[in-house]
Amino acid sequence: MQLALSAEDAEFRDEMREFFTTEIPQEIRDAVRDQRELTKDHLVTSMRILNEHGLAVPNWPVEWGGRDWSPLRRHIWHEEMQRAFVPAPLAFNATMIGPVIAQFGSQELKQRFLPATANLDIWWSQGFSEPDAGSDLASLRTTAVRDGDEYVVNGQKTWTTLGQYGDWIFMLVRTDPEAKKQAGISMLLIDMTSPGVEVRPIELIDGGHEVNEVWFTDVRVPLDNLVGEENRAWDYAKFLLGNERVGVAPVGATKRLLAQAKEWAGPLLEDPLLAARVAELENELLALELTALRVVAHSADGKPHPASSVLKLKGTELQQAVTELVVDLAGPASLASGAGDDSDLPWWTRRSTPVYLNFRKASIYGGSNEVQRQIIARTILGL
Amino acid sequence: MDFTYDDEQQALREAVRGLVGKAYSDYENRRRAVAEDPGFSETVWLQLAEMGVLGLPFEEQYGGMGAGAVEVGIVAQELGRVLAPEPFLTSVVLAGGLVAAAGSEEQKAELLGGLSSGDLVLAFAHAEPGSRWTPTAEAVRAESAGTGWALSGVKEPVPHGARADLLVVSAALPDGGTGLFVVRGPGVVRDGYRTHDSGRAARVVLDATPATPLGTAEDRTGIIARVLDAARVAACNEAVGLMEVALDLTASYLKSRKQFGVTLNTFQSLTFRSADMYVSLELARSMALWASMVLDGGSGEETSVAASRASLQVSRAGRHVGQEAIQLHGGIGMTAEYSVGSYTSRLTALDHLLGDGDHHLGLLAAGVSGYDEVDPLP
Repeated sequence: MQLALSAEDAEFRDEMREFFTTEIPQEIRDAVRDQRELTKDHLVTSMRILNEHGLAVPNWPVEWGGRDWSPLRRHIWHEEMQRAFVPAPLAFNATMIGPVIAQFGSQELKQRFLPATANLDIWWSQGFSEPDAGSDLASLRTTAVRDGDEYVVNGQKTWTTLGQYGDWIFMLVRTDPEAKKQAGISMLLIDMTSPGVEVRPIELIDGGHEVNEVWFTDVRVPLDNLVGEENRAWDYAKFLLGNERVGVAPVGATKRLLAQAKEWAGPLLEDPLLAARVAELENELLALELTALRVVAHSADGKPHPASSVLKLKGTELQQAVTELVVDLAGPASLASGAGDDSDLPWWTRRSTPVYLNFRKASIYGGSNEVQRQIIARTILGL
Repeated sequence: MDFTYDDEQQALREAVRGLVGKAYSDYENRRRAVAEDPGFSETVWLQLAEMGVLGLPFEEQYGGMGAGAVEVGIVAQELGRVLAPEPFLTSVVLAGGLVAAAGSEEQKAELLGGLSSGDLVLAFAHAEPGSRWTPTAEAVRAESAGTGWALSGVKEPVPHGARADLLVVSAALPDGGTGLFVVRGPGVVRDGYRTHDSGRAARVVLDATPATPLGTAEDRTGIIARVLDAARVAACNEAVGLMEVALDLTASYLKSRKQFGVTLNTFQSLTFRSADMYVSLELARSMALWASMVLDGGSGEETSVAASRASLQVSRAGRHVGQEAIQLHGGIGMTAEYSVGSYTSRLTALDHLLGDGDHHLGLLAAGVSGYDEVDPLP
C-alpha cells in the first residue's frame, strides 16, 4: 500500500499536464470548459494533435500506436486530459472500434483502418442500438444477407451519436436468423456514403442534435468488411462494451465541473445547506476516484474488472448530480436557455438546463445503470 | 500508488483471520462470549496479545510491533468480519494511542507494555452527558490536590469502562484546556452495562478521585483530536469488515431462501438492491484504505480531513448496507439468534462512537469554499 505516486509516475503526470495545457488550442479547451457543443473541427483538430504525439490511442497494441502504459498511467493520462478540458479522443474510434479491429480483425483490416482511425481521418459511428434492441441488444433485427462477394444490409439503427459526421459505421447485423439470438450476429464496417444509407436527425430534449437514426436499404457491403468471423460478433460487442464502461466513469470532468460550480456559487456557498450538498458530492467523487484507482490497477488482459460496473453506475449518477446542482445554482436564470449572447445573464446559467437535460443520457448509454446493477448482482454477487 | 496489501500485510490478515475465525466464525460462540461479563473472551484477548496484535501500533521498545495505520486497519477489518467483541479499537487504538502520544517514558513502558502483553485492559473515559464528539472535556474537572491531582464529574458512556484495569480520563484543567489523566481502579464508581451491540459500557463517577497526569498536566486537546482521528480510521476499517459480511450473508440468503416456490434471487427488486449495497461497500472500502494511508504519511491537518471524509462515506454506507441487509432478510434479520442484525447493530454503534456522518459533513461543509477541488494524493 502506498498512496504517493512514484517519482516516475509523478513526472509522467507533470508531462501530461504540461502537454495538455500547452499543445491543445485554448479555444477548444474553452469550449469544453464552457460546455458548448463541440464542432467536428474541434474534435478532429484535438485528436490529430494527440495522435501526432502518440497520445490518442495509448490503450491500443503498441504496433498500432499504443503505449503499453501501466493502468495507472493510462488513468493519469485520462484524468489530466479531462482536468485540462481537452476533449477525449473520439470514443467510437479510440475505445470502441479501434481496439476491436486490433484484437479481432484481419491483418488487412488493421492496415486499412487502424492508422486512419487513430488520426480521425475516418470518423466512426456506432451502429448497435435499434428501435427494438436497446438494453436487450441481442434482439437486433438489421440483417445482412450474402449475395456473391457482398452482403446486402437492410434495417434501422438508432441513437447513432454524431452520426451526421460519420464517414464509416461499425454495425452489428444478423447474419444467421436461425441461430439463437446472440449466436447469429456479425460485425460489419460500412462506408456511410454507400447508396441506401440514410442518416436522419433525432431532436433531443435539450434542443440539440446529437443523435440520429440510420436507415439501411439494400446497402451492398464487400465481404472483406466483416470483422473477425461471421456470427461471432456478440463476443466482440461484449469486449467493446467493457471498454466503453471503463471510459464512462468521468471522474476528472465531473470534478472540474464541481469546482467550477463552487466558483459560480460565490456567496451562495455560505448557505450551510448548499455547502453540505457540495461537500457530500465532493466526498462521493473522491470515493469514486479512489475506487477507479483501485480498479484500474486490477484490470488484466484488457478485461474489465467486474467492479468497473460500479464506476459506470456511480460515475454517471454523480455526473448527473453535479449538472443538477448547476441548474439549482442558476436558479430562475436557468429558464433563459434560449437567450442569446446579448443576455444580461451569465452564460453558464443559460447553458445549465440544456446540459442537465442532456446528461440524463449518461445513466442510459453504455449499458443502462439497471444493466450495470444486473451485472453486479450476477457476476459479483452470484445472484 | 498501490492499493494492495504487501506479503507481510497479507500474512497479518491471514493470521488474524485464522485466530478470530476459529473463535467466532460460528456465531453461537460469539453469542456465548458476549453473554457474560466482561463481554469478550479473555482467552481470545490473550491470544491476540501473543500474536502481537495488541501492541501492533506501539514502538518496539514498549513491547509493540511498530506497525502503521494500514496494519491496524487490517486487524480492525478482520475483527469486524466476525463481530469479535474484544476491545481492540477502544483499548488499543484509542486509550493506548493516547498513552503512546502523551505518556511519560515510565507510563509508556508500564501501560503499553501491559496492554501489548494482554495483562492490562485500558479504557478512554471521554464522552460526557451532553458532549458530542469534541476533543475537549467540560463536565469532568481536574483540580490540584496536594502534590497530585483529583478529578470530579461524570463520564458516560465509557466503552468497557467497568472491566478496564485503568482509565485514561480527559478533564478540564483549572486554567483552561483539556488534560489527560490516568485513574486506577478503586475510589471510582463504575456502573457497567450491556450495549445494543453486545458490547459493554459504563457510567463512571469521579468524586475528587486521585489521578496521575498522562505525561504532564497540560492542554492535550490536539493530541486527543489526533488519536480520535486515528481511531476513526480504524473504526471505518472495522465497518468495512462488517459491511462485507453483512452483504455476503444477504447474498447467500437470497440464493437459498424460497418463497412463492422460488429462491429470492429470482426477484430483481431484491438483487438490484443488493447491487446498490455492493456499490456502497466498495466506495466505503476505497475511502477507508485511503484514509489509512493518509494517516500513515500525512500531516495532522490532512489526517483530520481524511478521517472526516472516510467517516462520512462509511457512515452513509453503513446505514445503507445495515438497513438493507435486515430488510432483504425479512423477519429472520430481526432476531438475535441470527447474525445479520448484530452486524447492523455494531455498525450503528461504530457510527456514533466517534462522530456520525452528519457531524463530519458539518466539519467538511464549513471548509468547502477554502479549496478548488479534492486531490486524493498527498
